Amino acid sequence: MTADRPGRVRRFGRVLLRPRLRRVDVAVAVLLGLLGFAAAVQVRSTQGSGLLASARQEDLVRILDDLTSRSTRLRQEVATLTTTQERLTSGSGQEQAAVAEARRRAQVLGVLAGTVPARGPGVLVTVSDPEHKVSADVLLDALEEMRDAGAEAVQLEGSIDPASNTAGPGQAVRVVASTSFVDDSSAGGIRVDGTLLLPPYRFVVVGDPATISAALAIPGGVTDNVGQRGGRTVVVRRDSVLVGALRALDRPRYARPAGQPSG
Amino acid sequence: MIPAIALALGVALGLFLEPTVPSALQPYLPIAVVAALDAVFGAVRAQLDGIFDDRVFVVSFVSNVLVAGLVVFLGDQLGVGGQLSTGVVVVLGIRIFSNAAAIRRHVFRA
Repeated sequence: MTADRPGRVRRFGRVLLRPRLRRVDVAVAVLLGLLGFAAAVQVRSTQGSGLLASARQEDLVRILDDLTSRSTRLRQEVATLTTTQERLTSGSGQEQAAVAEARRRAQVLGVLAGTVPARGPGVLVTVSDPEHKVSADVLLDALEEMRDAGAEAVQLEGSIDPASNTAGPGQAVRVVASTSFVDDSSAGGIRVDGTLLLPPYRFVVVGDPATISAALAIPGGVTDNVGQRGGRTVVVRRDSVLVGALRALDRPRYARPAGQPSG
Repeated sequence: MIPAIALALGVALGLFLEPTVPSALQPYLPIAVVAALDAVFGAVRAQLDGIFDDRVFVVSFVSNVLVAGLVVFLGDQLGVGGQLSTGVVVVLGIRIFSNAAAIRRHVFRA
C-alpha cells in the first residue's frame, strides 16, 4: 500500500482532470454545487440577520421570556422612581410655597412694624406752626384721622425747609402702632418716639390719596384744627411716595410667641 | 475538476443571488451543510485510499443530509432540537477531523 501512494495521488489528480461525463458525475457535480450554494446562503443569512433569525423556536421563546421578565422588572423600577420623583417635586414645591408665603408675610409685617421701607400712592401733609401752638395731640389727631382713612405706612418729618421741601437732618421718624407723641415746649417742638421734631412738620403717608385728603379736609377736622392754632395744612397727592425711615425692632422682654392661635 | 468547478459555481450563485432561507428550513440548513461536508471529506479520503466510488458518494451524501435533517427534526418534535443538533454537529465534526487527518497523512505523508 505505502509503495504506490504517490501513484494514487497522481491518479486522484487525473480523476479530477479527466473529462468524462457519466450520470453519476453529473449527480456528484450537482450535489457539490448544492453544497456550495447552501453553505454560501447559510453564511450569508448568519452574517446578515444576526443570531435571532437563525435561532430555534425554543431559544426564541426563552429569549422572549427573559426580555419580558426583564422589562417587567424595569417597569417596576420606573414606577418606583416615578413615585419618588413625584414625592420629591411635590415636597420641594410645598417648601417653596411655604418659603414664599413666609417671605410675603415678613414683608407685610415689616411694613406694619416699620422695619422695611414702603412705597406707594399717597399724600404729603405739611403742617406749619408759626405760633408754636400745634401740640402733640393735634398731630396725634391727624395721624388717627389718616389711619382711619386707610393710611398704611406713615413717617413724620420735622424742620421742613419751604425752599427745598426737604426735612432737616435726623428729622424723620417712622410712625408705627407704638409711636408716642410728647410735647417739648422748652425746645419748641414735639418728641416723637424720643426724637425731637421741630415745625413745620410733614406727614409722608402711603394710602389712598383721595380718601386721606378728604378725611383731613372734613369740617372741624385736622385742617380746621390746625387753622385755629394759626397753622396751615397743605395736602399734596402723589402717585408714589417713599416712606424710607426705618425703625429698629425691639425684642419683647416678656412676651413670647404662644404657638398657633386656637381659633 | 468538474466537481470543483460545480462547488465554486454553487458558492458564487449563493453569494450573488442572496436568496432568503425559508423559515421552515432554517434550523436544518446548517446541519445539512455540515453533513454534506462530512460526505465530501469522506469522498476525498476514499479517493486517496483508492476506494472511491461515485455511487457510494452520491448515496452517502444524500443519506447523510437526510439523516442529519431527520435527527434534528425529531429532536425538534421531542423538544431537544437544540441539544440534538449540537450533538450532530459534534459527531460530524469529529468525523470531518478524522477524515482530514487521513487526507493529511496521504498528501503530506505525516
